Amino acid sequence: MAVPLAAPPPQTRRVRRSYRGWQFVGPFMVVFTLVFLAPIAYAIYLSLYRNRLIGGNAFVGLDNYTQALQDAQFWSGVGRVGLFLIVQVPVMLFLALLVALALDSGRLYGKSFFRVSIFLPYAVPAVVAALMWGFIYGSQFGLIGNLNDALGISLPDPLKPSLILASIGNITTWTFIGYNMLIFYSALQVVPKSLYESAEIDGAGQFRVIRSIKLPAIRGALVIATIFSIIGSFQLFNEPAILRNLAPNAITTYFTPNFYAYSLTFSGQQINYSAAIAVVMAVITMIVAYVVQLRGTKDL
Amino acid sequence: MTTTSAPKAAPRTAKPVTLSSKKRRKGSVLLTVLTSLMAVYALFPLAWLLINSTKTQEGLFSSFGLWFDDGKFALFSNIADTFTYNDGIYTRWLLNTLLYVVLGAGGATLLALLGGYGLAKFDFVGKKAVFAIVIGAVAVPPTALAVPTFLMFSKMGLTNTPWAVIIPSLISPFGLYLMWTFAAQAIPTEMLEAARVDGAGEFRTLFKISVPLLMPGLITTLLFTMVATINNYFLPLIMLKNPDWYPLTVGLNSWNAQAATAGGEAVFNLVITGSLITVVLLLAAFLSLQRFWQSGLAAGSVKE
Repeated sequence: MAVPLAAPPPQTRRVRRSYRGWQFVGPFMVVFTLVFLAPIAYAIYLSLYRNRLIGGNAFVGLDNYTQALQDAQFWSGVGRVGLFLIVQVPVMLFLALLVALALDSGRLYGKSFFRVSIFLPYAVPAVVAALMWGFIYGSQFGLIGNLNDALGISLPDPLKPSLILASIGNITTWTFIGYNMLIFYSALQVVPKSLYESAEIDGAGQFRVIRSIKLPAIRGALVIATIFSIIGSFQLFNEPAILRNLAPNAITTYFTPNFYAYSLTFSGQQINYSAAIAVVMAVITMIVAYVVQLRGTKDL
Repeated sequence: MTTTSAPKAAPRTAKPVTLSSKKRRKGSVLLTVLTSLMAVYALFPLAWLLINSTKTQEGLFSSFGLWFDDGKFALFSNIADTFTYNDGIYTRWLLNTLLYVVLGAGGATLLALLGGYGLAKFDFVGKKAVFAIVIGAVAVPPTALAVPTFLMFSKMGLTNTPWAVIIPSLISPFGLYLMWTFAAQAIPTEMLEAARVDGAGEFRTLFKISVPLLMPGLITTLLFTMVATINNYFLPLIMLKNPDWYPLTVGLNSWNAQAATAGGEAVFNLVITGSLITVVLLLAAFLSLQRFWQSGLAAGSVKE
């Protein structure tokens, strides 16, 4: 079973080798060069320079990278998305998998209602989701504030510094459970049902079937979902940027690496250093995604 | 269920498991209750949004979040205000989003169709290089690219124009992968050869013969690129200064943020109603295209 980042799809007979395919692939590659390759090249170029008060723009070699590697703010952001990734991604994927298995078990009443309603949050743009949850979290007219007033209790403030990352994790989990559920559920549907029949004849129970047939069968989908979620975590920006209106003290300008790069460019005017941060982040993401893919597909 | 008609997929188009399981197994109340918890989690913020869109700005602060404000039902006046506030800029944002989706997602789908078809059905010089470059780029997070793209575009004078949002939306490596997979499975090469023998041009062959076979894949790719374009916040946020070009996402948050600025009017009721309208429009689009969405995921992510 292949993952999107791996081998090309199997091909039927090929047409004569020539340049003819380029008339189709050409347009994609031209735009791709403009919006992918050129910015990457430009970022690398920028990252090798520094704007100095005296002497203007000067070539500094790898100085920006040395600075980035020693930058405590940058690494605190990396640590934060790392923690986010280690906790939020497994929780989300596990819940999505449970729902997918429940849907697939054929023992659920109102199956299509669940499939559609749990998927619905995916159709809500991340910004709207963050705004909505931000209101819910808020102490003014938020639900937490309401509950505190109504019940005379004091729930912990989800926007305080120690909880803000978990609160953001909840928003992403809410948005993406349904999407991942659908990926897993679709994968489960193409498992040949003859396998279940023979398992039943062999006397295997539900959990045994899940462990020995269903999970191995959807391993490709699990790897894909994990890689997408990892890339998504490293990009974390929208939710913290929007919640920052509500929690300016809990969310710093270097809350995530992406947010840091943004702040450096737009408030700090340090475009060269910002470019170096972007390059380092891209490299880290690629390495992690690659390792997960290798491990995930190792003995397939 | 696979949607493609390629012979390879045939053994997999076995009947959906659920049909037979339904007959065989009894429903489980416990499982249904547990799954209901997930459904409540998924739906309650949307219920909150719906309930609170019926409240005035004052009502938001004075009433309980999960119930209506007694005696005041302001949904219709909120909707009217959303569309008229700031000289009706919400309509403008809505149309901008539509523009970015039609040109961005539509263009991305077209490029992915051409590219995926070319990769699946032609053997050409440099194909391996194309493959390697695109695969490598998939792992580069788009937001890491956004800041360098902004710097580059500002040198080219493209920032603060719709092009700054549309052009980067035109590339979807995942869309390319999907179209490639679909084209490899769904279009018999013999058919293309027959068309060539009959003297049909390459593009004519693509649009007359291949595109109809690729419809499920095309719609799936379109949905993915649409979601990506609508969700886009970071890119338009950095590229656009003029609120007249904002998409809904950036616009709604600017309304939300204005309460925190000096002398800014708090319009949380409009932020909530504006969000609700956005969500309702998107849900309508999603639910009406659900069939394609599902089958596309199945074929795209699970294929052999």
